[in-house]
Amino acid sequence: MMLSKGLKRKREEEEEGLAVDTWWLDPGHPAVAQAPAATAASSSLFDLSVLKLHHSLRQSEPDLRHLVLVVNTLRRIQASMAPAATLPPVPSPPPAPGVADSLLASSDAALSASMASLLEDLSHIEGLSQVPQPLADEGPLGRPTAGAPPSLGALDLLGPATGCLLDDSLEGLFEDIDTSMYDSELWAPASESLKPGPVEGPGKEETTPELDEAELDYLMDVLVGTQALERPPGPGR
Amino acid sequence: MGLELLFPIRPDEGSSTLRKTPRCQAAWTPQREPREARTTNSVDSDELLCPRSAAQSRRTSRERAPAAAPPTSQARGGPERAPIGCSAAALAKADIISTVEFNYNGDLLATGDKGGRVVIFQREQENKSRPHTRGEYNVYSTFQSHEPEFDYLKSLEIEEKINKIKWLPQQNAAHFLLSTNDKTIKLWKISERDKRAEGYNLKDEDGRLRDPFRITALRVPILKPMDLMVEASPRRIFANAHTYHINSISVNSDHETYLSADDLRINLWHLEITGRSFNIVDIKPANMEELTEVITASEFHPHHCNVFVYSSSRGSVRLCDMRAAALCDQHAKLFEEPEDPSSRSFFSEIISSISDVSFSHSGRYMMTRDYLSVKVWDLHMESRPVETYQVHEYLRGKLCSLYENDCIFDKFECCWSGDDSAIMTGSYNNFFRMFERTTLRDVTLEASRENSKPRALLKPRKVCTGGKRKRDEISVDSLDFSSKILHTSWHPADDIVAVAATNNLYIFQDKVH
Repeated sequence: MMLSKGLKRKREEEEEGLAVDTWWLDPGHPAVAQAPAATAASSSLFDLSVLKLHHSLRQSEPDLRHLVLVVNTLRRIQASMAPAATLPPVPSPPPAPGVADSLLASSDAALSASMASLLEDLSHIEGLSQVPQPLADEGPLGRPTAGAPPSLGALDLLGPATGCLLDDSLEGLFEDIDTSMYDSELWAPASESLKPGPVEGPGKEETTPELDEAELDYLMDVLVGTQALERPPGPGR
Repeated sequence: MGLELLFPIRPDEGSSTLRKTPRCQAAWTPQREPREARTTNSVDSDELLCPRSAAQSRRTSRERAPAAAPPTSQARGGPERAPIGCSAAALAKADIISTVEFNYNGDLLATGDKGGRVVIFQREQENKSRPHTRGEYNVYSTFQSHEPEFDYLKSLEIEEKINKIKWLPQQNAAHFLLSTNDKTIKLWKISERDKRAEGYNLKDEDGRLRDPFRITALRVPILKPMDLMVEASPRRIFANAHTYHINSISVNSDHETYLSADDLRINLWHLEITGRSFNIVDIKPANMEELTEVITASEFHPHHCNVFVYSSSRGSVRLCDMRAAALCDQHAKLFEEPEDPSSRSFFSEIISSISDVSFSHSGRYMMTRDYLSVKVWDLHMESRPVETYQVHEYLRGKLCSLYENDCIFDKFECCWSGDDSAIMTGSYNNFFRMFERTTLRDVTLEASRENSKPRALLKPRKVCTGGKRKRDEISVDSLDFSSKILHTSWHPADDIVAVAATNNLYIFQDKVH
């Protein structure tokens, strides 16, 4: 199973009980028994979800249900990968805080160990040379502390997520899902219709993945763009 | 219960005249094949293999299109759906059945497909000289309901795929149904004509106008019988009311209104009025960034015209009473089963997403279909369902790969038997499942040509979940996830079910007849 075994002790019993039928795991994914491997598995699930999200957004008219389900799943995965700081429960959607809380309530040591390897994975995908510091404490704004290199897009991924949880608001919850780092190299040119005008060109994003909130809004713009009939296009389009 | 294959049909098969159907307004004569057509390999001579059995072994007329008569027709102004030279795969895609629905008395069965076509089958009337033909469904009418459209404002193509068909209760000799694609709902009238008038004064028999000055005598036109013609004409078009994709329509018990639901909104229409609709549910957040839930299905209560339900992608069903407020954002009841903590996973939300909701005929219960199970709810109890049926629990361990190949997002429908004693839903590998609620028996059956002969009893299937596979079992790994049964319909009175397997339609009936 793709569940992060190291994060929640209770799962161990269940996983042993489940049929260990791993025919669908390709050889790249190690067995679930090891925590770091499990984290790698959950990071690949994360990657898969981002891929799906990206693909969904590429449709001229995205299937909202598919989009929403992928985004919510992505949040769950992100929450499980976030550091185990004690976080207040998220006010709305009820299932999410339950999951986030329980997953985050488990041991910190395993998490920070898996965090390091996770970030390593992400940075590897990013193509960045820097090995990021594991996230220690998050400021209330959700931005990485000074110890972590700000240029790492991956941290922005993880930071705002916890930041949002701390903020007690869902504003910009979509912002934390940063797909721009996948935009630049791995897939079609960034000139695809997804990105609205004002974002400072794909060039900048390829070189410096530092993204502020305004730039991360492109994701929401696409969603907003599905209702172009109702609202006049903003200046950004 | 024993199910026998009554009639496997491919809607486009058996007659190339179906392909030539011009615009919807034109009449189409149902092709009646001679009953004497029998195949030579029938073991039991008593078994009358259906007339289309000869056609079954042929490829579909769609796939033969390059050689056969071209399906395009000058009368059809829209884009050609099946140009000559198109690959067989592209042709076959339009044939994928996207909805199946019996009418109120079960004599008519409507199917909609991805190509925007509606094909209606009619049950053969009882005929003493040919007792075996009773219960067979033959093509009654076929018409192009929706064409692909282009939204110039958004630069988007609107698919012509028929998402849902709902029949109206019959009030006169004609039949009415609502069919919808992603954006537009249409009310179709299907009427028979078996007489024509002869002896007009102002026009000749061939339709040419006569010069009024030449008319010296007046005559009264007389009605003469003619070959049965079934005409389908669009009577109402309900458009421009949905920004998002319509997933459900439901006719109210008052027979005057109906609702249409898209991902975020539900609108109430009057059947006579196309110019406007009333929005009764709107779950669109002020900020789309906060969107976490969409509407997945909606239905009116079968008896209380003020009550309807809608299901969500988060696994909840809300029951609303239109008497309470004009905008039913506040639910009267919320049906939600608390998540089982022991089976929680990253995919918990996706598999809890409800793909279909259906009231029982009695109006006392409601059934919801999520990815792995079917739940029956008592409308008086919101906390949890009264019955839960596992459809394919063996898939729980495969959720990750099903997520990977997007199968986890498949939307299966479910339906009640006429007396609410049994329920049915589809699965993968062309399997469908039936559950008897009183005896708690269940069965897995397969809808496929290879495994069923007409009039032969269907063999129950079993999926092997682990360990040693028995002879007739199929292992989970061998299941064909591209052959899924998403759409099924149960006859309102008899034990006859219609099952859509990709682009094939199967009609099964209970052998105990």
